[in-house]
Amino acid sequence: MKTQTEASTDTEIGGREYAVVGTRPIRHDGTDKVTGRAQYGADLRMAGLLHGCIVRSPYAHARIRRIDAAKAAALPGVKAVVTAADLPAAGDRIVDLGEGATPLSYIRGNILAGEKVLYKGHAVAAVAAVSPHVAEEAAGLIDVEYEPLPCVLTAPEAMQAGAPILHDDLRTEEFGKRAAGASNVAQHFRHSLGDIEKGFREADVIVEREFRTATVHQGYIEPHNATALWNHDGRVHIWCSTQGAFVVRDTTACILDIPVSQVKVTPMEIGGGFGGKIPVYLEPVAALLSKKTGRPVKIVMSRKDVFEGTGPTPGSYIKVKIGARKDGRITAAQAYLAYEAGAYPGAMVAPGAMCIFAAYDLENVVIDGFDVVVNKPSTAAYRAPGATNAAFAAETVVDEIAEKLGIDPIDFRLRNAAKEGTRRADGPRHRRIGCVEVLEAMKRHPHYTAPLGGPHRGRGVAVGFWFNVGLPSSCTISVNADGTVSLVEGSTDIGGTRTSVAMQAAEVLGIAAEDVRPTVVDTDSVGYTAVTGGSRVTFSTGLAAYEAAQDVVRQMKERAAKLWEIGVEQVRAERGVFCAGDRRISFQELAARLEETGGPVIGRGAVNPKGVGGSFAGCIADVEVDPETGKVSVLRFTSVQDAGKAIHPSYVEGQMQGGSVQGIGWALHEEYYMSPEGAMLNASLLDYRMPTSLDLPPIETVIVEVPNPGHPFGARGVGEASIVPPPAALANAIYRAAGVRLNSLPMKPSAVMEAIWSAKA
Amino acid sequence: MRARTQVQTTINGETVEFLCEPRQSLLECLRDELGLTGAKEGCNDGNCGACTVVLDGRIVNSCLVLGVEAAGSEITTIEGIARGAELHPVQQAFLEQAALQCGFCTPGFVVASKALLDEEPNPSQERIRLWLANNLCRCTGYDKIVRAVEQAAAQLHKVKA
Amino acid sequence: MAIVYIPTPLVPLTGGNATVEVEGATVRQIIDNLERSWPGIRERLIVEDHLRPNISVAVDGEISPLGLLERVSPASEVHFVAAISGGSNG
Repeated sequence: MKTQTEASTDTEIGGREYAVVGTRPIRHDGTDKVTGRAQYGADLRMAGLLHGCIVRSPYAHARIRRIDAAKAAALPGVKAVVTAADLPAAGDRIVDLGEGATPLSYIRGNILAGEKVLYKGHAVAAVAAVSPHVAEEAAGLIDVEYEPLPCVLTAPEAMQAGAPILHDDLRTEEFGKRAAGASNVAQHFRHSLGDIEKGFREADVIVEREFRTATVHQGYIEPHNATALWNHDGRVHIWCSTQGAFVVRDTTACILDIPVSQVKVTPMEIGGGFGGKIPVYLEPVAALLSKKTGRPVKIVMSRKDVFEGTGPTPGSYIKVKIGARKDGRITAAQAYLAYEAGAYPGAMVAPGAMCIFAAYDLENVVIDGFDVVVNKPSTAAYRAPGATNAAFAAETVVDEIAEKLGIDPIDFRLRNAAKEGTRRADGPRHRRIGCVEVLEAMKRHPHYTAPLGGPHRGRGVAVGFWFNVGLPSSCTISVNADGTVSLVEGSTDIGGTRTSVAMQAAEVLGIAAEDVRPTVVDTDSVGYTAVTGGSRVTFSTGLAAYEAAQDVVRQMKERAAKLWEIGVEQVRAERGVFCAGDRRISFQELAARLEETGGPVIGRGAVNPKGVGGSFAGCIADVEVDPETGKVSVLRFTSVQDAGKAIHPSYVEGQMQGGSVQGIGWALHEEYYMSPEGAMLNASLLDYRMPTSLDLPPIETVIVEVPNPGHPFGARGVGEASIVPPPAALANAIYRAAGVRLNSLPMKPSAVMEAIWSAKA
Repeated sequence: MRARTQVQTTINGETVEFLCEPRQSLLECLRDELGLTGAKEGCNDGNCGACTVVLDGRIVNSCLVLGVEAAGSEITTIEGIARGAELHPVQQAFLEQAALQCGFCTPGFVVASKALLDEEPNPSQERIRLWLANNLCRCTGYDKIVRAVEQAAAQLHKVKA
Repeated sequence: MAIVYIPTPLVPLTGGNATVEVEGATVRQIIDNLERSWPGIRERLIVEDHLRPNISVAVDGEISPLGLLERVSPASEVHFVAAISGGSNG
């Protein structure tokens, strides 16, 4: 399928003819991945390897009275048991380990519970044994005495006076001021612009709705894993599947209270992350077990552990109120966002607040955000964290207002669309963005006006935004004598980024993508590189590769000058050829002559860039609602997104399709189905219902390119924004198909039927 | 340690022997006893297909088969799909269509897709989606996987013709 | 002079002004000068000589990786926003 790619008319950066950027080479790691040779974390084999198993709390909230490991330790084949008592105390330290600043005690507490367990699945102890089966048996023999406590499971309930308190020392913080009294609200913030009362007074139509979204999981197919060897020289070597090897290194060193230089992390291939493999769970535990046994220890989570013991994304309670004039201009917008952080503070409510109205040019806005702890697993990022919940609320209210005013939903958005210079609710102005271009591409697409072709069918649209991040990346490039180069970088490759990074270097060097050999290496072998997340790798690590390649070109020019015995200022480099006057030498030919002109050529790049470009995404969804079962079938789905410049269009399409399908699953099927005691009743891939190939139509994609001035090729991160609009678009489609507006996710068959029956009553 | 059983079976065309406890699944035996780590564990209860292998001519979730059950069988794993030094058209199509992102589910999909095309040379898109419904992918949304299978079908058809 | 946008909860500390014009060549100087006019605001933004853990500074619409060290021009807009760091916010 040919993707439509719509370049903007901007020719400063975009519109240039590239030799490599924009093409579709086969990914460098492809062969190993289609033959089963690629080594993921659980594939690691090693002499003397022991297997670990984690003991987890059966209670959502309880004090730990006693842990007795005697029976477990006596089981033949068991080599060691650890609990939180084996970890150094955390004290009051606040650390920033790639997840924002957090008290170390929270990270430590989530890895192995201290005095209390705060969710069902909370890790309490761990055992190492000669086989995974013996380890599992031993884990069952560890005797833990609990004193159960009442639990609280939703944000509104946790915010009420008299709710069970998770952390006695937690106080609500607001810009450095701490409120008195223990609370489950870790943080409150408020953004405001203009005069909200005046704005609502000026409105001809006001819609105010409440929304609830269930906890959902990132659903990566590969469970968490870690292998650790605490070697006899005191160095700890860790192998794991992670989104950030340096985060693992820094967190593990911090938790174990050893110098960072003593820990080396080798990232293995990773089977999906979506934000969920940024937190550290297993590595310090495996390291402790290795220290006790003197042998390497591998721990791999079961699927149930993944659901109950890792970070899903927050469930939420959201209120949105929007007012607009008859002419379609929004006069006021207000949002109240209460997000469940899970057991420890840190719900992604601030990003949700940043994105909720980011597509609109608003004069009068108020947004209140609350980060609330509840007795569920401590949440982690999930692809554009916080934004999907927020967009579900805002984009369905927008749809309702547009309908009441009789204005086409895309036209309504165009009338209020954010542009470069539009002030966002949290204060800063948008820089160059593609909101209007995405909306126009949606409107132009044949899907938007195609006939629905049957009863009980409806079409919905929505848009979403993700700001993307920069953060540090490092890269080195060495030139090989045959004209290829080795590119070393530290961004673990979850979706083909080693190739998009290599392509950017290839473009600068003037060689083929295939002639760049990218590898993702361990923390001893490359400079500091932040996580693979925030849609940053193609942008930031690409920029580091770009700089390293420029450095190589500079040095190669000097070598050519040496060979020709002229000044370097006379040498030009153009698409892989160096020339001066009528003398020419190709990159390949020059590479063969490095030894005689001074030795190896190595280029370096190290960045912590500004110039990040946010990405707007929109989607058009057609559904058919079965009026007797409430089943929603997705008939047709089109995803539109501003990529700035698609470095490798196939992988940009892939991100758009993957994010869209996660959004569809979030919208229609997925949820943590909780018992009143705080147990997830559907902790398996059978009952946690992610989309299969049979549930979906083809996902059509349109790549819009509004170049990002902050990147040499105009690239914007694309990994996340596509998950933001689908739940709202599907809700809007269901409304047109079945006449009911759902305000709760997931919009599963039972919820659809109850809405239909209520409407009839 | 519990008593282990000796199992003899044929894997990727070669006779193979291994020792296993009765409670070890075929998936564990492939990965831990034989070093064939291409088949992956995603759920261990038959709901993701990452462990898909061919067993006596049918695709199965190897996590739901016991190692001892494999005695005397013929098994094909991802490691046996390539034809000598050349990738199978299904593998090549996955690369050309960019039908993988993290690649973790890819071995299961390749084995399942090849099994489909061995039986049905020209499947419709609906048939492909139904056949592959037991293989979960969280990264791609399946679109490019389906296209890869369609491309492989066309390629194989061309070769046969 | 640069324009500092005061976060909504801190507006009472700046006499009800949602924006304040402040001199300074870096974010640190801006905050120090802000404190001179409006005592009490510095400790809401800064702890132990760096920005509070959950706060970032955006100059002219871009989150600054340099924090207090970021240069500010006379025509700049300065905002204090929720810290976006690591992929946990992505």
